[in-house]
Formats: sequence, C-alpha cells, structure tokens
Amino acid sequence: MKPVNQKAWLLVVPVLALVALSAVIPLMTVVNYSVQDTFGNNQFFWVGTEWYRQVLTSERFWQALFRTLMFSAIILVLEIPLGVIVALNMPRKGWPVAVCLVLMALPLLIPWNVVGTIWQVFGRVDIGLLGASLAGMGVDYNYVQDPVDAWATLILMDVWHWTSLVALLAYAGLVSIPDAYYQAARIDGASGWSVFLHIQLPRLRRVLTIAILLRFMDSFMIYTEPFVVTGGGPGNSTTFLSIDLVQMAVGQFDLGPAAAWSIIYFLIILAFSWAFYSVMVRDDGESPARAKEGGE
Amino acid sequence: MARILLDAVRHTYGAGTEAAGYALKGVDLDLEDGGAFALLGPSGCGKTTLLNILSGLVTPSKGRVLFDGEDVTGLPADRRNVAQVFQFPVVYDTMSVRENIAFPLRNRGVKGAALKARVDEILDVIGLAHVADNRARNLSAELKQKVSLGRGLVRDDVAAILFDEPLTVIDPALKWELRTQLRALHTRSRRTMIYVTHDQTEALTFADRVVVMNNGEILQVGEPADLFERPESTFVGYFIGSPGMNVIPALAEGRTARIGGREIELGGTLPPAVRGEVEIGVRPEAVTLQGSGLPVQVTRLEDTGRFTIVRMQLEGRPLVALTPEGGAIPADAHVSFDPARTHVYVGGRRVPFLEDGA
Repeated sequence: MKPVNQKAWLLVVPVLALVALSAVIPLMTVVNYSVQDTFGNNQFFWVGTEWYRQVLTSERFWQALFRTLMFSAIILVLEIPLGVIVALNMPRKGWPVAVCLVLMALPLLIPWNVVGTIWQVFGRVDIGLLGASLAGMGVDYNYVQDPVDAWATLILMDVWHWTSLVALLAYAGLVSIPDAYYQAARIDGASGWSVFLHIQLPRLRRVLTIAILLRFMDSFMIYTEPFVVTGGGPGNSTTFLSIDLVQMAVGQFDLGPAAAWSIIYFLIILAFSWAFYSVMVRDDGESPARAKEGGE
Repeated sequence: MARILLDAVRHTYGAGTEAAGYALKGVDLDLEDGGAFALLGPSGCGKTTLLNILSGLVTPSKGRVLFDGEDVTGLPADRRNVAQVFQFPVVYDTMSVRENIAFPLRNRGVKGAALKARVDEILDVIGLAHVADNRARNLSAELKQKVSLGRGLVRDDVAAILFDEPLTVIDPALKWELRTQLRALHTRSRRTMIYVTHDQTEALTFADRVVVMNNGEILQVGEPADLFERPESTFVGYFIGSPGMNVIPALAEGRTARIGGREIELGGTLPPAVRGEVEIGVRPEAVTLQGSGLPVQVTRLEDTGRFTIVRMQLEGRPLVALTPEGGAIPADAHVSFDPARTHVYVGGRRVPFLEDGA
C-alpha cells in the first residue's frame, strides 16, 4: 500500500468554504424555510411537505409556469433562426466586421433594468416613439391594458436585447469553418441552400446548443425587464414564475410557500440544464458504434 | 477528360499592381490528357495558386486556361469539370459515405438507378463499400480523403482531379500505401491527375511528369529521372534528391573546368560564348572518393544504413558525396566527378554542351 497523504484535503478547503457561503448555506436556508411554518418571534413548526403540496396544487403556480415556458419557447423560436440569419449576412472581412460586431454587442452591454425602462418609455402611448407612432397610425396598442400587447412588447424587447448574442455565437461558429468546405461545395455544384444544410448548419450545431441553453436559462429566469415594463400585468398576464415568487416572498411575506416555490423553480432549471448538458456531451463523444446505428 | 493548357498565366493577390508582386509570374504549361502530374516546389512557390486557377477557385489576373482548346478562364469552379481533394479531408458531416459520393451527381440532376449504379461502382473502386452506410464524420482521416476522392471520381465529365497535398494529415505508415493505391487508381481510370506537394518522394513516386516550381515560376517539367539526372537549374538540382546536388564555382572553357588550382574534364564541349565563371553541378552519387583528383578535407560522416554521406570541404566550400556503406575513406582524400553526370550552370541555368544540342 502506498502511504496516503491526507493533508491534500486541506487544499480544497478554500473552495469548499467559498461554495458553502455562496451557494450551499443560502440554499439550505431556503430548504429550511420550505419545510417549516413560522409566526414571527423566530418560532418554527415542522410542516413536512405541506408547502410543496400547496404550491404544486395551486393554479397560480401552474399558470405562472405555463406563462414562463410559453415566453421561453416563443423567444427561442424567434431568436435562434433570426440570430443565424443575421450571422449568415454579417460581413466576413474588412472594416464592416468591426462596426457590425460593436453595433451587435451594444444591446448586450445595457443593464437589464435600463433595457426595461427604455422599452417602458418606448412603448408608452402618450410619449413613446413606438406607442405614439402606432397610436398615430390608428393602431390600438396599449401594453398597460391589453395582455396581447403586453406580451408582444416583452417579446419584442427580448428579441431586441438578446438576438445579438445568438448572432455573435453563430458568427463565431461560421467563421471557424475552413474555406476548403466552401470550395469543395462549389466544385461539387452545391446550391446555397445545400451549403447551409450540409456544411454550415452541422458545424453550427455546437454553438447553437450553447446559445439555446443560455437563452433558455436566461429567459426562464427573466425578472427585471418585465417587472419594469409591465410589473406582471395587466392582471396576471405577464406574471412569470420569478415575478410571482417575489410577490409571494416580499409582498405577502409567505416565506414557507415561497421557499417551496423557489426549490421547485430551481429543480426545473437544473433538470433542463442537465438535459441540455447531456445532449452536448453526447454530441462531442459520438462513438463509431453509435453512428453505425444512426446510419441508413 | 481534356488536355489542359495554361497560357502565360500570371496572378497577384495584391491590388493588381506589379508592385504587389506576383504569386505566379507567367506560367505556360501543357498537360496532356490522362497523365499523372505533380506540381512540386517549396512552400509559398505558387503551386497551390496554380492548382486553384486550374480548378476555377481563383481567376488569374492575366493569361488564359484552356481545356481541350476551350477558354475556361472565366468559368467558376462548378462549371469547370474538375474535382479537387484538399489538404484537410472535407466530407459532408451529416451524410453517409454513400450520400457524400452521390452528392456531386445529385447536384447535377442524376437520379434513381443510374445514380445508385455509379455510386456503387465508385465505392468499389475506392474500397469503401464496407462502410458505405456509415456516417462520413466518424471515419479516420485517410478514409475521409478517400471519400473526397470518390466525390471527384464519381463524375464522368471530370477533366482532371486535383490533389492539394492530400497526404498531409495521414499517418506516415499509411501514406505510402495510399499513394500506391492512388497510383493504381490512375492506371485504371486514366483520369488526368494533378498532385501538388512539397515532398519530392511523393511527387517522384506518383507522377509521370513532375513540374518543379519556385518563386511563381516553372523551372522544369520532366520525368522523375530527368529531374534527377539532368536538372535544368541549380535550384532543381538542389531541391530534388537528398542530399541535393553539389554546386561548385569554377572557371570553364571548352571541355575543361578549373576548380581552385586543378582542372577537371567535362562530359562535353561548352559553347564558345560560355567561358569564365560558371557553376559546376554534380550529384553526391556522381562524386567518387579515391586516391587522386581534387584534394578535399573530410569533415563528417553520416551513416544512413544503406550508404554513407561524406561531408567534405573542397577549396573551402562544402561538398557532399555518397559512398556505399563500409566503403573505405582514404585518409588523404581526393575526389573525382563522373563527367557524364557533371553539368555546367550559368546564372543558375544549365548550359547544354555542344554535343547535346543537335
């Protein structure tokens, strides 16, 4: 037997302390709240899974979850193809590249609450460029009162804010394709659509997986922008999981249900991220045996 | 199938001005139908530019490209009827091997049984029938190169198949085998094949005729033996062969050359116009060590296993000889050159003897 030096464990202590303070302890506090009831005075009563049952059977939770998933699905369907189209049309050399990259990066640099404020003003019917113009043209648009208008505004805002991220990722993927592929395609007489389908899209798969993962996580957790623009209204029509959670915890001070809600929310995001991660890892290490099954 | 003619082709990647410098400086080349050619030269000599001009990926700044007498200079790659195998294997990732090979035909409207029959035939020829339905992306590098080759072979209207250093990423052990297969494939298909490489072994073993290039110019076109025995320039002499040809300054006139204080005999008579300072080119294989002749100092021996490379100083300049392994090296070394394999160069170009030019 080799002698084992147990002192090596000391080397992980800093990381352990950091992760404990930043993640594990706060998370466990939330877990703690989610299984107990409290009435001030620091009095706690064990309630088991009561809060979880309450959240999972409440219509409020399922509606918020549905709205959040809808929002994520819509912005993914819009932003991913749009980002790829933008990337395909971006210049490949010379000074336009720099100009284009800077312009594209601008929305990404704006703080999220500022993005919300910009669109909140932009869409106002009385003074906003968008809202007032639409009103001037006789379009009945009012994101404060009409749920469809509110959704349209939030989606448009997210597309404006985040499509550049997808485009930049896709652009990076596109420029990394060696010229020989395009040359071979020209020699083989491939059409533009064939080149996209058989060369560009397969080579973009990895960056697009990352783009989808990032956009999904971000949009699923979206809080600041809709909070600033619509505040969750009109009614509850734009109340996403995160907005409802804050209302419950900070507004109504229902700490137990809010904690249970948080844990469920966390587990949903974790599950989706894990699923995406598995897909990515599987793609990287595709074995010849697996490919044989995948063949015709 | 076509005879390919390059007529005074020049190309610059710069703004089109003389000052930007030419990657190709006036290239004339005549490649007969069905041959196996190699474009050989050091990196940056313009051989890849020349290849891309042949395939239509690059349009030359000046000059014409003729396929069977038809001017194709302005035609794009897809209407040129050439196929190209690139340095790094290019396969269409999403397709199976079979679909990869069918792709150029599909794009040209071939369908159904005719397509299948042709693809099956090519799969047999390149020996990939057993992996026909595998995804192309999972193949090893040399099989991927075969797939690219298959995409070139599958079209029967192809005038030439171009290879741009296709063995760069192949394992050394497989290189030789793949080159032999390529050679056999050429013999079988009689397609014009043009092979670009900076590796003389690849060029000399693959091609019937080798085009040696340097600095955007063609220096010599010839059979491998020609290039070896009768290099038209000191560059070709030095570039082909390992170690390369010895180039020794001398004073020459008529049938003799004077190196240092001693005279040697040449294999022929120089034209009367050529006299005075010249360079003598002699391959290490034609240098014999013996007891008399030009005095040298042996500086180093390198044993390669089959023969010994003898490095010497002659009149203060390096000289290399090859001797059979185990051959005795005289302590008081002298060398002599085989007159039949000794050439005279002026300004880097070979001067033919009067007896040669009839």
